[in-house]
Amino acid sequence: MSYILGISAFYHDSAAAIIHNGNIIAAAQEERFSRKKHDSGFPKNAVNFVLDFAKISLSEVDHIVFYEKPFLKFERLLETYVAFAPKGFASFSKAMPIWLREKLFQKKMIMDYLKDHDKNFKDENKILFSEHHLSHAASAFYPSPFEKAVILTADGVGEWATTTVAIGDKNKLEIKKELHFPHSLGLLYSAFTYYTGFKVNSGEYKLMGLAPYGKPKYIEQILNNLIDLKEDGTFMLDQQYFNYSTGLTMTNHHFDKLFGQPPRKPDTERITQFHMDIASSIQKVTEKIMLMLAKSLSEEYNMPNLCLAGGVALNCVANGKILKEKIFENIWVQPAAGDAGGSLGAALAYWHIDLNKDRFNSTKDSMQGSYLGSHFSDDEIKTTLNEIGAEFTEMSEDEIIEKTANEISNEKAIGWFQGRMEFGPRALGNRSILGDPRSDKMQKNLNLKVKFRESFRPFAPSVLKEEVSDWFELSADSPYMLFVADIKKEKTQEMSDDEKKLFGIDLLNIKRSEIPAVTHVDYSARIQTVYKETNNKYYKLIKKFKEITNCPVLINTSFNIRGEPIVNTPKDAFNCFMGTELDILVIGNCYLEKNKQNINLKKDYKNKFELD
Amino acid sequence: MSFLIEFYKFMMARKKFWLLPILIFLLIFGGFVVVTQGTAVAPFIYTIF
Repeated sequence: MSYILGISAFYHDSAAAIIHNGNIIAAAQEERFSRKKHDSGFPKNAVNFVLDFAKISLSEVDHIVFYEKPFLKFERLLETYVAFAPKGFASFSKAMPIWLREKLFQKKMIMDYLKDHDKNFKDENKILFSEHHLSHAASAFYPSPFEKAVILTADGVGEWATTTVAIGDKNKLEIKKELHFPHSLGLLYSAFTYYTGFKVNSGEYKLMGLAPYGKPKYIEQILNNLIDLKEDGTFMLDQQYFNYSTGLTMTNHHFDKLFGQPPRKPDTERITQFHMDIASSIQKVTEKIMLMLAKSLSEEYNMPNLCLAGGVALNCVANGKILKEKIFENIWVQPAAGDAGGSLGAALAYWHIDLNKDRFNSTKDSMQGSYLGSHFSDDEIKTTLNEIGAEFTEMSEDEIIEKTANEISNEKAIGWFQGRMEFGPRALGNRSILGDPRSDKMQKNLNLKVKFRESFRPFAPSVLKEEVSDWFELSADSPYMLFVADIKKEKTQEMSDDEKKLFGIDLLNIKRSEIPAVTHVDYSARIQTVYKETNNKYYKLIKKFKEITNCPVLINTSFNIRGEPIVNTPKDAFNCFMGTELDILVIGNCYLEKNKQNINLKKDYKNKFELD
Repeated sequence: MSFLIEFYKFMMARKKFWLLPILIFLLIFGGFVVVTQGTAVAPFIYTIF
């Protein structure tokens, strides 16, 4: 009997995960509880949740593993400041007080926080530290369905490493090589996120979504000036264009001069064709680097399986390209590929590497569909709904599936709240907003009236696993919405000559396929394949929708508005339902219609969350 | 005390002894900065720390 608690915190996307004898029991991000997007504080609520779910107290936990090594990170900071001195004094003078007061003493800090959970917790020796990229690699390999695999991790920066290659074999995991700060693919992408006026560490998705509206005009400029890219996909960034090592911005005036404009000011400047072309260019460069890395690793190690993690692994367009090129036979991406997943990886790394414990079933995906978060019983749901004065009808599961599928086909926007919350940034059918992908107006309506976000942003399709290859150019599993593939040619609609002349956001208004709401302007889609083994109720809902419409696809977008963390509790779901133009809310087997609710329960929701 | 032991082990493992005088200097003089600055304001755009 051994419980290991993994924690990631103090940078962004804090989270906690608990494993028992190597089995993943629960994992959740702090933001879902604190309602603060990308919350970086100590994950006290997430720790409480995972301990409650495992039905243990903190004193019963055998080891607590933090996902990175603070001393090593401090070493990188000092060396960087020394290397760039006297440049960087402003950043240095802001960083050092934080480090000298708190971050250098992280073990004590963690100990103090943990004592708040359990006064009886006294054993400081239980607190251990993993390396940032080892945590990512472990989170990608151990839950994967592969006995042996090459593991590629890439993100902004951990301690020193920004990109690592590891080899996993049964319960062994060994990092073979690393690229070090300041040469980072994640930071390169973030530099362009900043330059196009989006928030670093959260707006990268928007940049990726914007890319298909542009033309990759600036590829040569990027490759000839910013990056020295080698044949094996390794690279160095020319630091004269960047400011992240020593300053408080990502790019500098050399960067502005290279592309001819200063960074976009998000509050006052609109997104123009220039920003779309920039987005398209950096996306293509990222794909090129990832493909080159994947090819060189395949040639060097000659293994059929690839695992991916780190923030760059959330670039599902690049992942889709690696899959399409068939460089590896199989690819598995950790659904919580960002820092939140580091909590899980840290715990798994300690169990398998330090304690040398075997994997139970190394040929099966052990993430349980990533449904590792909080769960509410029927009684808890009904009690909450009664307390807040909601009008609802309780139905049987079959009734609720039939009624919901019918309403989706009537172009209603549905809040769908079921089972355990997802771990990772994507909603996978348990905390989702659902809609009819065949509808012409659904993308615009959901973006503007429900999600309150930019109209250019695409929606993703959920599709029954056995139907995926009839609708998309994809035959592999994509359970975590981390691969992009094209819509099947026979489902697309040819553009007229007039339509072909359109560019930029105007492309959005063209009906491009039988499922326009989930077809991006380049005929691609970010696909989630749905399985009855991991989410039977969602599977049955899509199946019923197919019976009604002959379409086994639904729009699936996260249950939140712009800037809000995905809903966690029935109360969060009800508040979001009342604050937006969602038509129907389904929580468990409780069915709520907007027009039957007390109008006084409507809240000003849109302004409650800071825009991301 | 445990911090010092762990930091000593870290220095022995990494063998970057030239960082030690910088750290000692920072701990002594940085103490003033810590004392005089009320709250640590997180940098506006992006941090590497």
